[in-house]
Amino acid sequence: MEFSQQLINGLALGSVYALLALGYTMVYGIINLINFAHGEIYMIGAFAGFFAATTLGLSLVPTLLVAMIIAALVGVIIEKIAYKPLRNSPRITLLITAIGVSLLLQNGMALIVGRDPKPFPDLISAGAINIGGIQISSKTLLMLGVSAVIVLLLQFIVYKTKVGKAMRAASYDIEAASLMGINVNNTISLTFAIGSALAGVAGVLVAISYPSITPYIGTIPGLKAFVAAVLGGIGSIPGALLGGLLMGVIETLTKAYISTKLSDAIAFAVLIVILLIKPSGLLGKKSNEKV
Amino acid sequence: MKSFFNKKNCLAIASILLTYLVFFVLISTGIINRYYSGIILLVLINITLTVSLNLVVGFTGQLCLGHAGFMALGAYTSAMLSVKLGLPLFVGIIVGGIVAGLFALLIGFPTLKLKGDYFAIATLAFGEIIRVILMNIPAVGGAKGLAGIPSSTNFTTAFIFLVITILVIYNVLHSSQGRAIISIRENEIAAEAMGVNTFKYKMIAFIIAAFFAGGAGALYAHYVGYIQPVNFDFMMSIDVLTFVVFGGMGSLSGSILSATLLTVLPEALRGFQEFRMILYPIALILLMIFRPQGLLGNKELSLKVFSKFTKTKEKEV
Repeated sequence: MEFSQQLINGLALGSVYALLALGYTMVYGIINLINFAHGEIYMIGAFAGFFAATTLGLSLVPTLLVAMIIAALVGVIIEKIAYKPLRNSPRITLLITAIGVSLLLQNGMALIVGRDPKPFPDLISAGAINIGGIQISSKTLLMLGVSAVIVLLLQFIVYKTKVGKAMRAASYDIEAASLMGINVNNTISLTFAIGSALAGVAGVLVAISYPSITPYIGTIPGLKAFVAAVLGGIGSIPGALLGGLLMGVIETLTKAYISTKLSDAIAFAVLIVILLIKPSGLLGKKSNEKV
Repeated sequence: MKSFFNKKNCLAIASILLTYLVFFVLISTGIINRYYSGIILLVLINITLTVSLNLVVGFTGQLCLGHAGFMALGAYTSAMLSVKLGLPLFVGIIVGGIVAGLFALLIGFPTLKLKGDYFAIATLAFGEIIRVILMNIPAVGGAKGLAGIPSSTNFTTAFIFLVITILVIYNVLHSSQGRAIISIRENEIAAEAMGVNTFKYKMIAFIIAAFFAGGAGALYAHYVGYIQPVNFDFMMSIDVLTFVVFGGMGSLSGSILSATLLTVLPEALRGFQEFRMILYPIALILLMIFRPQGLLGNKELSLKVFSKFTKTKEKEV
């Protein structure tokens, strides 16, 4: 009984990691950049939701929408200002810039709203349903439900629309895509927008469940979601889903059965193990290095 | 031996001794008070860290985000030796460096096979793992840290260690091994094709860098007297990386300049502490967009600049 309870919790946490990992994987697939600032966009989504829920007094669905829109905007702005000028620069430059953006967002938010934790209002009534002896709280259900809906929406966009086709084409070969008449700049911006919107939703979902937010909540989940993306195969959308769910389950089971303090270290150990055994990830494609 | 005392080496030895004497006199007679001499010590430690990281990042071309982990290993090892066994500082520095170097050997085996981005993330992961493990060992103080470390770092020790660091790294870089290392940065595949064992040289650079980082960590521990695992987190690695990038990846003199500037400036701008956390990343981003090669790129500061004034006129026939 205990185990299945932990499993459900792990899947809920995993769905949040999956949302973040999707953002990482989509951006990496298209411009080969590990967007270190992605965790901070998740944090901004949480704060946007906080603003919407407290100052504007909106209910659940509008709050989610506001968070998505603001996070998407921030993502696109960051791309235009910080990443676009460096599109042809060596990887180290891009990585350092991404780290700089991440720090800027964290500390900028801390300067604006202060460092003390803010309580997130209850947007969904506390309650629980009981399936076969397992208690699933309404917040867990919300996490799982919203994530499922969003992922289905993403599948539709990526595989059934023209812009989704453009995104997939650009992730295979960006130069060929632009030769085929795809507006590559817009496609990249759209990818950032979608990835950031997902992170924004994740931010609000977590804020509802762990109801206090600070400007620094983005770093560790960002890193763990990155591990999830690598675990599943960076550049692969189903991989990000699988990786996220696995990371959530591993972390919850570690906290329950091994030790809470070591759960962070275990996440990084997973990264090392997967990089040693199968660096392309569980569902990733093996690519040969071009000379 | 005769060729050792040529003009260049004598000039170098003279300038090192002169710098040392000037600062030593200033500090011991108290003209420079405790506050400033503390800053000078920090500058020396930061230069050591920067130069060691530059060997891996700037000269070998491998982005390492876990340097703080090596520093932590050196710091904790030397602190434990001093506090629990009462051994003097220089033993702590050497043993701390060796411990850090050993861990670099261990960590290097799995990670140096990985490509650029993945190596960066793997070193980041290892840096964090080291920190979390240190936080969970009660014998070294756990999360609360280790206190009561004797403040035995003085200007002489730090200066000597820094000079040794720079001399070793400079000489490594100007040897055939150094050329192999630089070839890896320039084009790893071409280097392999020319017969350079890239894994071996990456490992050599990694271990040397870790040794000196460990030594710097030991100096740091015996300067501040109280260390916690949270001092050696990802932010510390990023700080050192910023010094390297700012000075120029691939320039030793650039590292010396940038470490000095970026240690002294925040102290001078103490009033703006709040905004420093915003200015720093903005400066980093602007630097990457407009001048990614940093202050000196991969060139060194040399006295050739002054040769224009001393050159006698040569007439072209």
